[in-house]
Formats: sequence, C-alpha cells, structure tokens
Amino acid sequence: MHLALRVVSLLAIISFLGGQGLAQSRSDGPLQIEINEGIIQLFPIAAPQFIAESAGTTKQAKDITDLILSNLERTGLFRIVPESSHIGKITNFDSPVQFSDWKAINVDVLLTGAVAHGEDGNLVVKIRLHDVFAESSLGQGVLYRGTESNWRRLAHKISDVVYSRITGEGGYFDTRIAFISELGTKTNRTKRLTIMDYDGANVRFLTDGTSLVLAPRFSPEGDELIYTSYRTGKPSVFRLNLRNGRETRVLDTPDMTFSPRFSPDGKKVMFSRTTRGNTDIYETNLATSEASRITRNRAIDTAPTYSPDGRSIAFESDRSGSTQIYTMNLRGGNVSRISFGDGTYGTPVWSPRGDYIAFTKQVGNIFHIGVMLADGTEERLLSRSFLDEGPTWAPNGRVLLFFREEPGERGGPSLYSVDVTGRNLTKLDTPNFASDPTWSPLR
Amino acid sequence: MKLLRILGLIGCLLLIAGCGANTVTRGSTVNTSGGDDTAGDGFTGMEDSVIDTESEYAYFSKDYFDYEIGDRVFFALNESALSDEAKVILMEQADWLQRNPDTTITIEGHADERGTREYNLALGARRSEAVRTFLLQQGVGAVRMSTVSYGKERPFAACSDETCWSKNRRVVTLIEETAGS
Repeated sequence: MHLALRVVSLLAIISFLGGQGLAQSRSDGPLQIEINEGIIQLFPIAAPQFIAESAGTTKQAKDITDLILSNLERTGLFRIVPESSHIGKITNFDSPVQFSDWKAINVDVLLTGAVAHGEDGNLVVKIRLHDVFAESSLGQGVLYRGTESNWRRLAHKISDVVYSRITGEGGYFDTRIAFISELGTKTNRTKRLTIMDYDGANVRFLTDGTSLVLAPRFSPEGDELIYTSYRTGKPSVFRLNLRNGRETRVLDTPDMTFSPRFSPDGKKVMFSRTTRGNTDIYETNLATSEASRITRNRAIDTAPTYSPDGRSIAFESDRSGSTQIYTMNLRGGNVSRISFGDGTYGTPVWSPRGDYIAFTKQVGNIFHIGVMLADGTEERLLSRSFLDEGPTWAPNGRVLLFFREEPGERGGPSLYSVDVTGRNLTKLDTPNFASDPTWSPLR
Repeated sequence: MKLLRILGLIGCLLLIAGCGANTVTRGSTVNTSGGDDTAGDGFTGMEDSVIDTESEYAYFSKDYFDYEIGDRVFFALNESALSDEAKVILMEQADWLQRNPDTTITIEGHADERGTREYNLALGARRSEAVRTFLLQQGVGAVRMSTVSYGKERPFAACSDETCWSKNRRVVTLIEETAGS
C-alpha cells in the first residue's frame, strides 16, 4: 500500500437534517490513502462501539458503529481491527486518547463516537478521527442529527466523511441504487423497477411488473429516474419522479425510444429512437419537448453517455461492421472511434470524474466490464464471465456496479461492484434476480 | 402437399420477381361457389379436399398460420438479412394475409442473449423492419402491420448455447385479429 499520512486536520463541520456543528480549528489537509493499483495492504482502522451518552441509545450506538465499519470494510481498502483485540477503552468522547494503546495493536486511524438523544428526540451523533501514528486527534469532530428511523443514513453520512478524510476522495455510502428486479423463468420474466440503499437496505418496488421495464438512469439530482417501459406496447422512454411517484412519457411518438440518459444539468435527455428499423441518437429538451437528431447513420447508434461537462458524448455504433465505441461533440462533429481491441464494445458510461469511460466488451463468448480513457488509451478489463454488462459509476468515479448473468435455464442476473482498479469484486444482495443498475449521486 | 407448395415458392424465388400478391400456389384458391364446405374452413369443392388432407387446421385459422405456414423466421448472428428459407415462409405468410384481409399483424423482432440490452433492442427492430418491408413488397398493406422489438427480453428457448440462441434470433408474425374467428 502506498500510504501517505499527511498533516492532520480538523474535520469539516457537517450537519445533517438541520444540525449544528462543533467548533472548528485548523484545517491543513487530510490523512490520506492514495488509491491506486499498487494497493496491496489494507488500511488498519479501529472504531470501538460508540458511547451511548443518553439513556436508551445503546442499541443505536451499536448499530451505527457496526454499519460504519461494515461500509468501510466493503470498500476493500480498510482492515477493521476488531474490538476483541483493543487494549484501550474509550469511555468518554472528550477524554484524551491513549495513543500507545492503539499503536500497540497497529491501528493507523481510530474513530470514536457518541450517540445521544437531542431535546427534540432526534438522534445526535458525534464522531472524531484520531491519527494514531501522529498521536493527534483531528479537531473536535463532526456532529450529525437525524430522526431515529433515519439512523442508517446517519451512519452512511459518517462513513462518507471518514472515507473522504482518509482517502481524499468523495464517498459513496449515502447513495441509492435503482435497478430492475427480475422474477420468473427465463422465458417468462417479470421485470420491476426497484430502488434500494447502496448497501441493499430499504428495497422498494416502483413498478408492479405488468409492463416490461428496462435500464433506469438517475437524474443528476437523484430525484428522478428515466427508463424504458413497454407500457404503450412499444419501448418508450418514461420519467419517474421519486418524490411524488408521477410517471410521464418523455417524447410522444409512435417510434420506439429507449436507452435514455439525463444531461449533466438535468435539462435534457438523450436517447435512441428507431425509425423504419434504423436506430439513431436524439436529444430532447425537457422544457420544450423539442427533439433534435444527434446521429444520422444507417447503422445502429445507441447507448449514449454525456461527458461530465455536457459538451461531448460517447455512444456505441456498428457503422464499422462491428459494434464499437465512438465519441463526438453534441453538434455532430469530431466523430472518432475510440475502441480498437479484439471483439465488440458497447454501453459506454462516462465517469463522473471525466477521466474514464466504462464499457461492456464481448470477445467470443466472454463478456467483460472495462475502462479506458476518453481517447481510447489505457484500456483495462475489470471483470470476465459468461455475461457481464451495463456498468454504472459510483459518484466518486472509484467504484463501478454492473450485472452478471449466469448461463442456463435457471440462470439469472445479479449485481456486482468492482473497484476501477479491478480489485474487490463483490456480489450485492438483492431480493430477486437483479439487472441494469444505476447509481445515484450522493444524497 | 406442403412440400409442393414450398417448392413452388422456391421456384418463385429463383425467378426473383413476380411472386407477389397475385401468385396462386396450390391449395390457396378460394372457391366462392359450388360444392360443400365439408371441412368447415371456408374452402369448397376440390380445394376443400386438398386443404383438408393437407392440414389438421382450417386454412383461415390462426393455428394454420402459426403452425402450418410458420409464424416465425430465423436469423444468423447479428444479422437482419432474410435467408431464402425465411423468404419462403414470409411469402406464404403474405399469401395467407392477402386472403385474410381483415387481419392485422404485429411483427416482433427478437435477439439472442449474446450482446448488450440496447444493441439487441436495436437489432430486433432491424429484423422486424426487414420482415415488414418484405411483406410490404409482397402486397400486405402497411396499415395492417406494426412492429415492435423485444431485443433479448423474450427468449423462446432458455438454454445458453447455440441450439437455443438460433431459435431466439427470430421475427414472429403475430396475428392480432382474424376475420370470422
């Protein structure tokens, strides 16, 4: 592991659901793991169970601590030093830490916390990070407030700030995943639009399965989904408002429309439209419903993705005879093919950081999820199976989700996550078969 | 009988043009007078007996279309071009549709599971359009036909090898309304 422990600093003050922060002192820069392909050692962190500061918060303190540790462990970057091997005990949130106790068990970072009920009955959680190596506590900590029922989000928010302080990258724990739940036999599948927290909690079905639904994408604010539905009998692009449940059709046309994505500013939608068997890419302004044609080609042009600055797109096309990935500017110029390896390339998805484009690659009967820079260089394959498809990025551009389908009559799809480095391939728990994931922005 | 009809259609194919709406093949002429409709299938006289021995299904029935003619044609991997075999079946379909002028059809395009969801949706659309265009050329009215692509969403066969994939790369002509049924 390349671990750069830098100057220690105070955590920024963040309040959640109308909270207040503790006082802030110096702010010099984060403790840092540099995440790169060279990482082979895990970053040792300890978090003794948070102190229950008011009566009746012991369970909440335990649950929140456990969830934070579970989040950190799932990243594949941390080694959780278990409470059974702790020498020092944290009994008071504000007492000085005996760093020698933590050094002795090779902990680099110590996370302490306390949970109490506020006057309004809400949970109040305080946390503080301690740099054991430098024997220094990172300021006075961060305070979060939230309702009891929102304790998981409190834990996710705290996990995000811990991850962020240690890695220097944005977090991705307080996020949601929308996907397609699949039930039934392979020749008679029912598909339902579904949403859950990033960690699989709070699963909610958004459609009832009477119409086939495919491939949702989150809006940039995370408050809407756009997807393809067969509600009208043909594939058509629909939007669903997650606050009020309202579903609206994006473009009123007898043509088949599919593969929709929101522009980075949320004002436009790009999608594929098929006229007389020919599929091209179009863009619609959501305010005016005016559709303009982006590609004009006899080939199949589909699976578009916006660059984070909204100026360029990448898409897949079989105009060369096999399916490959192309980039172009939104005015239709500067078309350039960026994939040149063996096999076919599809479903490009631009990283929110703007550096990589993730894709699905098929070579013979094997599928891969991979990434390449936007100019097509530095291609790297992250997975390999009978059928891997449909990558989506975590908001920090460090982790990808995709789905993997098992072959055979009883086979079905499941969601997987993998680091952009190719490490930490992990299957996600979902109630049924699951495909077509889309990862929300941070909430 | 079935074989003869198919040979006749292949003959048409070899001659390239002129096998459209007005081509009469064996067993497809409808007599409007004389004889009894013993099979109860709308055919009478000699034609009636021909049809009767040829198929367990009445000519005008959806079953005849689906099973005797064949409601589907198949495609090579990533292809939307119609094979000669497919054209023979589609010519028979067109012939049947000409004689059942009140029917409407939905032309469903499908793909196998190899390939991404989006690509397969577009490929299914290409395939259904190839069939629509062919039927149109055979004289089936455009207003009677609609198309839809299911991509890889509705496989017919469930296994994960070529024996199933070849059955899933298909276009199905779905009879929506049948006159007198």
